[in-house]
Amino acid sequence: MNEATTSQAEPITGPTLETRPEIAATQAKIAIRNLDFFYGDNRALKSINLDFPERQVTGMIGPSGCGKSTLLRCLNRMYDLYPGQRATGEAMMEGINIVDPKVDLNALRSRIGMVFQKPTPFPMSIYDNIAFGVKLHEKLTKAQMDERVEWSLSRAALWDEVKDRLASPASGLSGGQQQRLCIARSIAVRPEVILFDEPTSALDPISTLKVEELIDELKQDFTIAIVTHNMQQAARCADRVAFFYLGEMVEVGTAAQMFTAPRELRTQQYITGRFS
Amino acid sequence: MPQEHIVKSYEQELNRLRDLIVEMGGMVESQVALACAAILNRDRTAASQAMEADPKVDAREQEIEQFVIRLLALRQPMAGDLRHIVAALKSTGDLERIGDYAANVAKRSLVLQEFSLRSAASGLAHMASLVQENLKRIIDAVGADDPEKAMQVWRSDEAIDEIYNALFRELITYMMEDPRNITPCTHLLFIAKNLERIGDHATNIAETVHYAVTGIPITEARPKSDLSSFANVRPAGE
Repeated sequence: MNEATTSQAEPITGPTLETRPEIAATQAKIAIRNLDFFYGDNRALKSINLDFPERQVTGMIGPSGCGKSTLLRCLNRMYDLYPGQRATGEAMMEGINIVDPKVDLNALRSRIGMVFQKPTPFPMSIYDNIAFGVKLHEKLTKAQMDERVEWSLSRAALWDEVKDRLASPASGLSGGQQQRLCIARSIAVRPEVILFDEPTSALDPISTLKVEELIDELKQDFTIAIVTHNMQQAARCADRVAFFYLGEMVEVGTAAQMFTAPRELRTQQYITGRFS
Repeated sequence: MPQEHIVKSYEQELNRLRDLIVEMGGMVESQVALACAAILNRDRTAASQAMEADPKVDAREQEIEQFVIRLLALRQPMAGDLRHIVAALKSTGDLERIGDYAANVAKRSLVLQEFSLRSAASGLAHMASLVQENLKRIIDAVGADDPEKAMQVWRSDEAIDEIYNALFRELITYMMEDPRNITPCTHLLFIAKNLERIGDHATNIAETVHYAVTGIPITEARPKSDLSSFANVRPAGE
């Protein structure tokens, strides 16, 4: 894959787009073209082409090991932590190729936030959990920081529950609250894109619905990518859904189309539970 | 479905739903056959059997409805499964209506008593055989998940409409000839209309089957030849 040097993303051509003109009509915040990813010699992603439309929720589904989490990790360069892992191709965000090794990781990660499967609060107060990341990127006065903390916690639908105990340790929050705290922490640095990796798999049903409602709210301001094993969650949350299998992106479409009438047999088999 | 579901009990429930629909189709099919025999053969026993079958068909519709609601709530079906389950719900409604029309045909056959059908008999017989043939084929298509067969039914409904138009004109002629014909001919008109409606519901099921299996709704307009709605009220030449 040598497209990494091109600065502008080429539009997807071929049957995918011809049958789905509405995808082309939406502006892509991130446009992935011919993206390959390697764990050593193992090619985990094979020529992925996928758009993440601006201010929409893109869901990624597929069986374990299909590459959906790998793709998410490509988008904020998590793989840089591990030697022997590399990506080739393009993941263009406003003229920047995310997988280009020359990209400034700190700047990139302030633009692309991530929320993980298990809540990962820092061992500090609720207030400091939010302020910590902001301090790395911005110099704010105490008043400005107070305002930012309140804004973030409000956007994460957590403010009313914690406003009277901001100095308490974050570890005292419930699992669902901790996850919303992590979401608040992600949005505190005012990113453009938020990546969710199985954000509710460790949460109870009510906390899950709160996070889903939050995702629905957040898409007004952020572009969202969510990896989930829960098909109903993808159906509830995502505007568009992409199905991955064995490192390939098999099919992408609106959630309604994917869950009522998928075009590909493999998609049909997976989402109806006929997969061996 | 090309492959079995990982959860066996779910697969069994989906198969059971299909069996229920096909069985209900069989019940309705025999009900329609009895109704046709009642009218064409002056068979009063057949007429009462067709009417007695109605509550059983209604009960089956309720059973299927309950089953579908349970499947939707407990299995949260997706894609092809979802389409098939919703299709079952729609088809059971169509079959129930077909049963109602059959019962109504049977009821009217009793009123006709010894009124001579004259040449209307051959038209009715032809119509009845086409309607029964389409009904049988559509139930086969449901059982076999066969969109092609469904489309054949969908296209062949036009022939039924054409016979209905001819009957409509013929019966009006009899009524104009002799006002004493008005009561029996009105019943015959309703009978013909009921048969024609049975054909329409068979095409509804055809559309449902096509969407359930392929995921593609039929968008083209169905060829329709029922022109009786445009028939002139006054006799020609007046």
